[in-house]
Amino acid sequence: MTDFIVNLAYFIAAVLFIYGLKQMASPNNARSGIQWAGAGMVLATVITFIHPQIHSNYILMILAIGIGGGLAWYTGKRVAMTNMPQMIALYNGMGGGAAAAIAGVELLKRHDLPLAVQLMAVLGALIGSIAFSGSLVAFAKLQGIKAFSGVIRFKNQQIINAALFGLTVLIGLVIAFSGTDYSLFTLFVFFILALIFGVMMTLPIGGADMPVVISLYNALTGLAVGFEGYVLGNPAMMIAGIVVGSAGTLLTQLMAKAMNRPLTNVLFSQFGGGTGEAQAVSGSMKAVETPDAAIMMAFAEKVVIIPGYGMAVAQAQHKIQELTKLLLERGVKVKFAIHPVAGRMPGHMNVLLAEAGVPYDLIYDLDEINEEFATADVALVIGANDVVNPVARTDPNSPIYGMPILNADHAKNVIVIKRGQGAGFSGVENHLFFADNCRMLYGDGQKVASELVNAVKEL
Amino acid sequence: MDGFTALYIFMLAAFTGYEVISKVPVILHTPLMSGSNFVHGIVLVGAMVALGQAETGTEILIGFIAVLLGAGNAVGGYVVTERMLEMFKASNKGASKA
Repeated sequence: MTDFIVNLAYFIAAVLFIYGLKQMASPNNARSGIQWAGAGMVLATVITFIHPQIHSNYILMILAIGIGGGLAWYTGKRVAMTNMPQMIALYNGMGGGAAAAIAGVELLKRHDLPLAVQLMAVLGALIGSIAFSGSLVAFAKLQGIKAFSGVIRFKNQQIINAALFGLTVLIGLVIAFSGTDYSLFTLFVFFILALIFGVMMTLPIGGADMPVVISLYNALTGLAVGFEGYVLGNPAMMIAGIVVGSAGTLLTQLMAKAMNRPLTNVLFSQFGGGTGEAQAVSGSMKAVETPDAAIMMAFAEKVVIIPGYGMAVAQAQHKIQELTKLLLERGVKVKFAIHPVAGRMPGHMNVLLAEAGVPYDLIYDLDEINEEFATADVALVIGANDVVNPVARTDPNSPIYGMPILNADHAKNVIVIKRGQGAGFSGVENHLFFADNCRMLYGDGQKVASELVNAVKEL
Repeated sequence: MDGFTALYIFMLAAFTGYEVISKVPVILHTPLMSGSNFVHGIVLVGAMVALGQAETGTEILIGFIAVLLGAGNAVGGYVVTERMLEMFKASNKGASKA
């Protein structure tokens, strides 16, 4: 009887997960979607306490749920929207770690599992461990922890990583095929190597590639959970895990495509190490004062705003929203152009603008808006760099060559709000900043934006 | 569980995941990724089973860690997703694009 109740609860949970994800496909009912999925999770968790296979450690279980859940609740409620990507990376890593730990308990027991089950346990352990340590490194990078930030490279990195991966897989196969004969030491080495590989794999990935990596690890955790679900004979875990695994894989591909780089290139990339001499820049950067920039926008017919991660760092989105409102009141057409990889997570910029109160019907993505730059009087670039760099179209030697960009340079005037004169995340000089129709507005994003608001008000 | 039954479940789940996400507007990619991150928090259930069967000290320790991490995944994933989607609602003033 308890068996029936538990299975029924898991079935309902699986239905609610899929229904919830489905609901999340449109902004209007997305919120009810997550709530349905949440209800499924609570149901599955509570019912698991009467799971027939559980016979001890109830107190520890409640304690662990309390601590893990409590900490996650506390941090999740407090984290700023700008820091959302690293929190998602962190929670995701925890899921991968949990899947790997489940495999750890099962393999430690050395009960005589069928080969397919043992193979899945090992595979889930491998993938889960990689997702765990990889996500933690991604978290550290996004959090700006010095030791991990930026692109970390060393000699023969790819060969070392490939060898490490090969060795890990080999040991994994030995464990999977040796029945109950593997030693605990072998098991220990296997987990350690898998964890190290996750770190090594993530080290050389940085900056603008982070959305792809977070999305990939999300998919990997899903797979690991699905595989461990098979080991435990739990269909709810299998379904939820694989649904996320395949959805995450698709999302990862969409992200990689948005940068015109195959996934392999993101992971094992030559990014930053261009293949030849970069084209020389001609012209110079020309500064503009705030009042002049305000006049250009206030008397324009159409202004396209291109926000980048820098806007979020400077917390300028609220001021930009105010500016947008003022311009709209003056009859200026304002649109937002969002590059698919703007921010540190797919769709991150949309979330930040939504938080600031920008209506989402003003927000356009790359394909929708690129034709329109030619008819725009002003393109206002705030905190974006590589995604508006025309060398992506013109210079085959550039590391960002081929990446689809927003054609800000096609606008009649371009105003760039920028803290200083440095290059973007990729380290590539931005030719847009030197163009004749481009003016630089130097300063902190938030400060400059609020000055613009005041200047427009006074006109 | 029968290997082929598992294979069928995996296959159907994979197509479901693909279908569900392929129609999602770009604007919702972040909440959706975060939402799917929450969904694999179901690993908590497996972690509880693992801990509930653990006997030796090492097994109990690793099982405890599994439950702790799984709970973090589920709860954290839910909280941040809900927070993000709440904002989308607030900014939606009748106008609908998607």
